[in-house]
Amino acid sequence: MSPTTELLRADHLARHFKIGGVTSRRTLHAVDDVSLAIGEREIVALVGESGSGKSTVARLLARVYEPTAGTITFGGKPVAAIRSRRDKLRYSGQVPMVFQDPFASINPVYRVQHGMLRCLKLHRRELSGKQRLDEAARVFTVVGLGADMLQRFPHELSGGQRQRVGFAMALAMRPKLILADEPVSMLDVSIRIGLLNLMAKLRDEEGVSILYITHDIASARYVADRLIVMYAGQIAESGPIEDVLASPKHPYTQLLLSAVPDPKAPLSQVTDRGEPPKVVNPAPGCRFRSRCPLAIDTCAQVTPVLAELAPGHEAACHVAQAGADVKAFAS
Amino acid sequence: MSATPEILDVGGLSVDYVLPTGDVRAVDDVSFTVDRGEFLGIVGESGCGKSTLLFAVAQLLAPPARIAAGSIRFKGTNLVGLTDTQLSAIRWRDMSVVMQSAMNALNPVMSIGAQFSDALRAHGKPSKQEIAARSAEVLRMVGIDPVHLKSYPHQLSGGMRQRSMIAMAMLFTPDLIIMDEPTSALDVVAQRALMAQIKDLQQAYGFAVIFVTHDMSLISHFSDRLMVMYAGQVDELGSTREIFDRPRHPYTQGLLEAFPSIRGPRVPLKGIPGNPPDLARLPAGCRFRPRCPLAVERCAQVAPDLYQVDAALVRCLRVGDASMSERADEHRSLTQ
Repeated sequence: MSPTTELLRADHLARHFKIGGVTSRRTLHAVDDVSLAIGEREIVALVGESGSGKSTVARLLARVYEPTAGTITFGGKPVAAIRSRRDKLRYSGQVPMVFQDPFASINPVYRVQHGMLRCLKLHRRELSGKQRLDEAARVFTVVGLGADMLQRFPHELSGGQRQRVGFAMALAMRPKLILADEPVSMLDVSIRIGLLNLMAKLRDEEGVSILYITHDIASARYVADRLIVMYAGQIAESGPIEDVLASPKHPYTQLLLSAVPDPKAPLSQVTDRGEPPKVVNPAPGCRFRSRCPLAIDTCAQVTPVLAELAPGHEAACHVAQAGADVKAFAS
Repeated sequence: MSATPEILDVGGLSVDYVLPTGDVRAVDDVSFTVDRGEFLGIVGESGCGKSTLLFAVAQLLAPPARIAAGSIRFKGTNLVGLTDTQLSAIRWRDMSVVMQSAMNALNPVMSIGAQFSDALRAHGKPSKQEIAARSAEVLRMVGIDPVHLKSYPHQLSGGMRQRSMIAMAMLFTPDLIIMDEPTSALDVVAQRALMAQIKDLQQAYGFAVIFVTHDMSLISHFSDRLMVMYAGQVDELGSTREIFDRPRHPYTQGLLEAFPSIRGPRVPLKGIPGNPPDLARLPAGCRFRPRCPLAVERCAQVAPDLYQVDAALVRCLRVGDASMSERADEHRSLTQ
């Protein structure tokens, strides 16, 4: 897939959290040196285990957190330069978030309409009261909910319907990029596909880009154009999704792929029992090396950075970059 | 110990939630057996009654839930109606339960070792040395260093907590371990490692497993038999391989087609339209009919029974139709 017009880019983004008591010098590196770009009309899947920093990346992009280091550029302009309340509102309307838990993200004491209309009032000030109602009905229809759903209370909706409300709210702000943090992981299997199809529809028909954060590679493959794999706060590998899945370069990506349950394939042998490290005051070196069967001396001394190994396909692995055919875990 | 291979025989079990607005039947006339050393997977969406069923089998139901009918024969004894004292003798020793969230199931203010010793002392008077030896042994069985007997639950990772729950369930090497989505809080790599470990332990120690999950693909390589539940009823029951290769119930087919794959061509999937029914307002006839792509008029009038088809049981009126068999075969070619 050829790169589309760039919508948002992040350069060397880092976010550290101080942990422990007031005098503690311990710093948790939730995100380190993350650079990524999201094009127009593109779904980028950000995949990783819990604690890998993928939600922190989303929050950095949504400006919930200020980055410890690095820059975010949106539409060619640095996001850090956005200062006025009006511009901040505009940015959060263009880059809204959809959250994991549809049960916690809608106010239970009001009809669904309440939140929708408030959102429109705040972000689309040009609309009259009547137009707001029309717009709410329109976005509800787009996400596959009847306009009559606006009158329901959240408890009357199923999980899948609530998650559609989340996307409808995001859509009402006329977004450029939706940051969707595990939007389907709390839903039943039979409902998930409908939401994934909705995400593809928003890209194809509404021209919205989506950063799809998930731990489920199979669903990422189903909707996404590109894949970014994170491990312990850093990007391990990124590239066009079919290329990465067909020939994963980073041992961690190979491990992830080998662990995906697939009834249609024979059971692969996964012997790995390791766990991702807690990245507190990290020393240089590859963070995956303790689990990696291919680790060499360099891996303990030098932090690998992403390098392009095939067109658009990058991996941060010394062994792969040395030109070796990496086969750490068979899938 | 009885001579039959069945360790558990659940017959016509129904569980009601007694509510002021009327009783709601969450589990409706469910029958199944588990053989010694067998791995039975129970699959279904939220609200299908799988957890209620599991709580009933473990006799952990609390009001407003109540067993309305049926029997649960475990090693020949009907557990329905036993007193707490009688049940205590069985729990941990003959049958143990691993819950979904180990963080909630483990006591946060007691070390792992103290909780193990509690369970051990509930069945006899072991010496301190015996407790220490057995606790260390079961932790080693699940691949955790026994130094963690001194650890508190919050000091362990999610995977380790879940493994220590399984270690605790194995303290007495029971005949049956019931697991309620034990891997759903884990990442895919940890999930896979835990599944493989459960299977290894099962083969080494010969206990039977009832494994409840919403994720069919997870147990495809691990369970011997599979029971698919929908709206409180068994929809399909058969050998795992058979159900994956030739799913006969439209709901099972829909579930299997709802999983995107990381291999093969990218095909558009439809999932299953609609939502599971409200158990208090069930549709007439077949409960899956409103979501079923193959429903005919008859399905709205007649509530289907479980019909025997080859070695499987299937709750679908159309299961004998030629078009249905074709569809099952089609599924087979689709997935291979």
